[in-house]
Parts: sequence; C-alpha cells; structure tokens
Amino acid sequence: MAFENLTSRMQMAFRRITGKAKLTENDIEEMMKEVRLSLLEADVNYKVVKEFTSEIKELAMGEKIMKGLDPGQQVVKIVNDELVKLMGTEAVLVKFSDSGPTVIMMVGLQGAGKTTSAGKLGNYLRKNHSKKPLLIAADIYRPAAIDQLITVGNQLEIPVFSMGTDVNPREIVKAGLKKAALENFDLVIIDTAGRLHVNETLMDELIDIKKLSKPNEILLTVDAMTGQDAVNVSVAFNEALGITGCILTKLDGDTRGGAALSIRKMTGIPIKFAGTGEKLTEIELFHPERMASRILGMGDVLTLIEKAQEEIDEDEAMSMMEKMMSGHFNFNDLLKQMKMIKRMGAFSGILKFLPGMSQLQNIDKVDDKQLVYVEAIIHSMTPEERKNPDLLQRSSSRRNRIASGSGRSTTEVNRLIGMLEKQREMMKRFQGMNPSSLEKMGQNPMSQPSAINKGKGKGKGGFRI
Amino acid sequence: MGIFQKLFQSKEQKLKAQKYRLGMEKTRKSMSSLKEVLTKSKKIDEALFDKLEEIFFMADIGIDTVVLFIEALRKEVNHLKIEKPIDLENLIVDKMFDLYLKGDIIDTNIKFNESGLTLILFVGVNGTGKTTSIGKMAYKLKQDGKTVMLAAGDTFRAGAINQLKVWGERVGCPVIAKDEGSDPSSVIFDAIREAKKQNIDVLLCDTAGRLQNKVNLMKELDKINRTIKRELPNTYYESYLVIDATTGQNGLNQAKVFKEATDISGIILTKLDGTAKGGIVLAIRNELNIPISFVGLGEKITDLDYFDIENYIYGLFADFFE
Repeated sequence: MAFENLTSRMQMAFRRITGKAKLTENDIEEMMKEVRLSLLEADVNYKVVKEFTSEIKELAMGEKIMKGLDPGQQVVKIVNDELVKLMGTEAVLVKFSDSGPTVIMMVGLQGAGKTTSAGKLGNYLRKNHSKKPLLIAADIYRPAAIDQLITVGNQLEIPVFSMGTDVNPREIVKAGLKKAALENFDLVIIDTAGRLHVNETLMDELIDIKKLSKPNEILLTVDAMTGQDAVNVSVAFNEALGITGCILTKLDGDTRGGAALSIRKMTGIPIKFAGTGEKLTEIELFHPERMASRILGMGDVLTLIEKAQEEIDEDEAMSMMEKMMSGHFNFNDLLKQMKMIKRMGAFSGILKFLPGMSQLQNIDKVDDKQLVYVEAIIHSMTPEERKNPDLLQRSSSRRNRIASGSGRSTTEVNRLIGMLEKQREMMKRFQGMNPSSLEKMGQNPMSQPSAINKGKGKGKGGFRI
Repeated sequence: MGIFQKLFQSKEQKLKAQKYRLGMEKTRKSMSSLKEVLTKSKKIDEALFDKLEEIFFMADIGIDTVVLFIEALRKEVNHLKIEKPIDLENLIVDKMFDLYLKGDIIDTNIKFNESGLTLILFVGVNGTGKTTSIGKMAYKLKQDGKTVMLAAGDTFRAGAINQLKVWGERVGCPVIAKDEGSDPSSVIFDAIREAKKQNIDVLLCDTAGRLQNKVNLMKELDKINRTIKRELPNTYYESYLVIDATTGQNGLNQAKVFKEATDISGIILTKLDGTAKGGIVLAIRNELNIPISFVGLGEKITDLDYFDIENYIYGLFADFFE
C-alpha cells in the first residue's frame, strides 16, 4: 500500500523521542538517520532525501523545538509541514482550453500505464467536468497498442480515433484533431507510444506532435514503483517537452511511492492524478497534502469522504459518516456500511483511508471475499445481538452458536467482534470533531483533539507520539 | 585482483558489454561517478564511504544490501590496510561480484526437456514487459532450432491477446488463445494439450500483470501453477519474474511475493537500455537467492540476452575500464 511502510518507519523513528522533555542534538541525529533510511527505502531520490533531512535537522535544532512543551510533537509537525511543502499544497486541476477543444498529450516510458490512464482520464473528465472526449491512438509501435485503446474506449463508450499502424503518428494526430473540431469534441486525449527519454528519434516525434497539437496539458505518466531513475526520466521529459503534470499510476500496489516526492522536488511539476486500481473508474485527483498526512500515518479521511460522496448519495454518506464518527455503531450499521463499501470499490482499498488502519498488519491482504463471510456471520446473529455487540463480548456460547450457524470458525467470529470493537474505539476519538477540523487535519496534525494520540496496542492509535 | 580486469580484455567481450551501458553515459554527467569519487578523494574516510553509499543508492541497489556492502568494504579496508582511495577500485568490483555470485556457480540456462515439452511461464507486475519478453524469447528459441508455441494467458488487459498474436506472427509460431476474460488456467491447460499433440519443444505462457498485494490475483497465479504441475508432472518448467529496470525498492517485495506463488527460476530484467540500472536485482539475488537470467536491452526482436554479471557490473562501473 502506498506510503504505508514509510509511515511505520517514521513512527518507529519518532517513538524514540517519546516522553523526553528536551531533544538533544544526538536525538535529532538518530532520528534523522531513521527518516533518511525510511525515505530511501521509499524510493525518494537520494538528493531529495539529503536536502530534506538537513532542512528538518536545522529546523528541529533551532529555538522552536527547544522552547516547546512537547518536542516530539513539534518534530512531527516540522516533518509533516516540510513534507507538505515538498509535495506541493493543493490538488492541481487540468487546465481547460478557453476556445476549441482541450488537448491532453499522454507521454512516458513503456509500461507506465499511458493507455489505461488515457481512458480513465477521459472518463473522469467526462463525468466530473461534462467533457465530450475523443481518444487518439498514436502508438503505432507497440503491437496491439491501438487495439488496447480501442477496447478501453469501447468499455467506457468513448470514441477512439485510429488510422492503423502504417501512418506516421504526426499525421494521425493531425487527422484526429480535425475530426475533433468537426464533430464537436471538446476534449482530445492523445495516447503516444512509450519511449525511453534517451531515444532521440522518438523524443523528436513527441516534440513535433506537441508543436502541431498545441496541447493544454502534457501529462507524464509515471509508475509509482519507479526508483531513483524517476528524476532522470521526469527531468528529461520536462526538458524536451515542458511537462505540465504527472499521473502517478499503480498507486494501489504496496510501493511506498517516493517517486512522487522526487519528481515534485526536482522538477516542480505537480502530480495531478493518481491511478489507484485496475478498474477504469479508479483514478483520482492527487492531493499532495493528504499524501503527506498519509506518510505520517494520519489516514486519509478526506479522500474517503470524497469517494463516498461520489458513489453514494450525499444523505446516505453523511449518515454513514455520522454513524462512524459516533462510535456507537453496531452490527446492523456494519452490514449497511458493507453494502455501501461494496458500491464504493474494493474493501481493501477503502480500509487504507481510515486513520490507524495503516498500522494493522496485512491490511493489504484483506480479501474482498471475506465480506461474504462477514455477512454470513452477522446474519447468524439474533436481532438483539446485532444491536448490542456487548452481548457477544460476554457470552462464549452465543459466539459458538453464531459460528456453527454461519459455518465459519469461532476464531473468525471473534475476529469480527474484535474488529467492530476496534473500529468503535477508533471512531470515538473523532467524536465532537466538526467537518472543519477534519478539513484542517490534512494541513495541520496538531489541531486534532489530543485524544487521538492516546492509542495503545497495535492498530489502536492514529499515530503515536 | 586484476583478474577481473582481464575479463574485459577480449574485444568481443567488450563489444557485448557496450550494450549494457547504453544510455548510462548520460546519467554519468549528472551523477558523481565512482572513478571520479575515488580519484578526487585524498583519503579513505567517512566522507568517502558516504559518497560510495550514494552511488549505490542511486543505482537502486536495495537499502539493506548497500548497508551490508559498505560494512563489508570497511572491514576489508581495515583488514588489507588499504590507504589510497584509488586502490578501492578493484576491491569494490570484486566485492560486487561476490555479492552476486556468493560463491555459487550460477547456471541460468533454461533446462530443456530433450524428449518432450518444456514450459516457461512469465509473471510480473503490470507494464514490466512480459509479452514483449515472450516475443523476444520465442524468436531466440526459434533461432536455436526449437519449435515454439505461445499461450495467451493474459486474458485481462485490453489488447494483450492481440499483442501476443502479433508477436506470434512476427516470429512465426502458433498462439493458443481464448476470449478476453476467460480463465487463464484453462487457456494454459488447452495450450499444454495442444503443444503435446503437436510435439512442440517449448511453450511460452503469458500471464496478466498483477500487483503482488492483490490477494485474489496471486491466488489465480497459484491456480495456474497447480494446473501446470498437474499437466506436466515430470516437469521441465521454468518460471520467470519480469522486472522493469526502473523499479525501485518495491522490486524486492515483488520477488518475495511472486516467489511464494510460483517457483521463480530467474529474473528477466527489462528496459536496461534506459538510464535506470536495475540495481534492485542485486538485492533480490542477495536476499532471496533468485538469479537474473535474461536482460532486455532494446526494442528489437533480438534484444534479449542471457544475463552476464561481468557485463552488468561493467555497465555499472564502466569508467573503470577505459
């Protein structure tokens, strides 16, 4: 899961200074070693790591930290603030054309996910910005690349313009743009062939396509798993073409995604979208400030809320959030929730947005089929039990009955009860927080009620200091 | 020491090695090179070790592996009482060599069944170049006089089946395929039956790209693995993990998880013709004992080569030998 391992490394690092009244230079030195290693492990570029840690060190060594009442919290805040600064602070939207169709050019290395992202993006902009998209198939090199785009287009019901593999990509783009103008498409997405940034012939082709299509956006598609080379790639593409933004793909893997930080720091190019799954709807605006809070183990409540609003009608979403936040929900609510979650997307994808969940081990191994078992278990409970989970806590005979009724093991039943309990506890900490303080969380972790810091045991705390 | 340098004396060897460092030159300009670091440093001190560490980190060699490597280097420097930085040259290369070989003789040749079918499965995350590698491999095997068949086991990604079919036409070998969305195990099952019937030497099986943290997709791979083992019990069965050279530390996770689902016999390191060095494969070998079998060095059908550690290290530190 993206960034989750960075989270745990950071948490380890910060635990060392827990409870100290004052930070010595040694403490900071030690902590920065951990931060450095964890960032390198996350594939953040070496140079970026170096700058980042020395900045933090300086800030932490200054007056600010020594005067504070809780130095640990202050360092966390500094790290968070710097991370936010490094990643950029706001989600950056696509620039649309004032007159005529908006043209977006997709570029990148082979296998980064340009074609899939082209389709996803077309669908996203159609849905959220009421655009009428046309996809242009300009990858004549990779076998069946055009077939792939056409298939994607068919699945999304977005028209694809192609002229086969015997026509020069420059001609294809020209003809495609003409078609777009004639048929009133107001969004054109050009899918170009994957190429290495050191391949001059192919880079020249891109420069030509840029000249003749005058794109509003040139989006570099980057695999979230990219290592140190992310900087070389983004710098080279940027120098040749003037990249306007990045799409970070495969962010649903267990990569830590440090490439995002590197690209931002070394080129200044904003990351605009993130690909978060295999389904063609799984793309979202990239929220850099939320990413930073995720690095610090804050969970990503904001994304969850937004996702919920998109897929579920607002009333339903609000009442769900209220229930979740109230800390009083029971198995009936869990059932309802699960139904909504099913609509929102894969369960494992949702879980990572919840604060504290990132600390649960094997969270990425949650099997969506487990939901069916969970349903079976809940259905084997009496209405009383569903309403009042405490009944189950107390009686093992009830638990055994439910296990045999649902055909699942007692362990599984216990695990479910434990899960609900944990969730209730976790959500209790959000009690009394209004939406505006939730809003602030992304920017400033210190504004949270202090209760959130008092987790004990694995998976209990939002983040621990 | 010095033996290593001898390895590069033959012209042919050098020419072959050139391919490994395509593009690497360009990064060299922006990145402090090993040679530069060694000649500019006056003595062997912490600052020098820091710089060495940087070079290895920048090549995506795994964090733990780099840390261990630097530690071993320190010990050796003390032990051999090396004082001049430039004397580290050979030591570093030799240590790198040891790191990969670990005293083993690594045989990455495909083990062919001389009297029947050999099956090769290609697995990996999305976009690493599985299908392309199959095309190149098919060509290579055909050149060697084998009869080859391809199985379109990627039934998920749009256009994947057609992509494999195009490779089949280019190489001139049959492709067994079903509709998009069908069960990949059944495609491979059919292909094995068909390959046996036609007395095919080697069956190359494509699979859909999958991120290693998707439990259900890894289960699907496990099923494919079981199907193959059931159909080819006395199996000559190789399974290659395809890794993109641009991959960072996640490569280690990939290798770990895929190794659980199929018995990975080796790695195909693709896209080595860019500026990425794919150093994570050294960590994979070091920590998980999986060797690198092949490298992808370009877009042409002939650009798949047996991995050669000497050439690879030559590529990493080419400026040593000029």
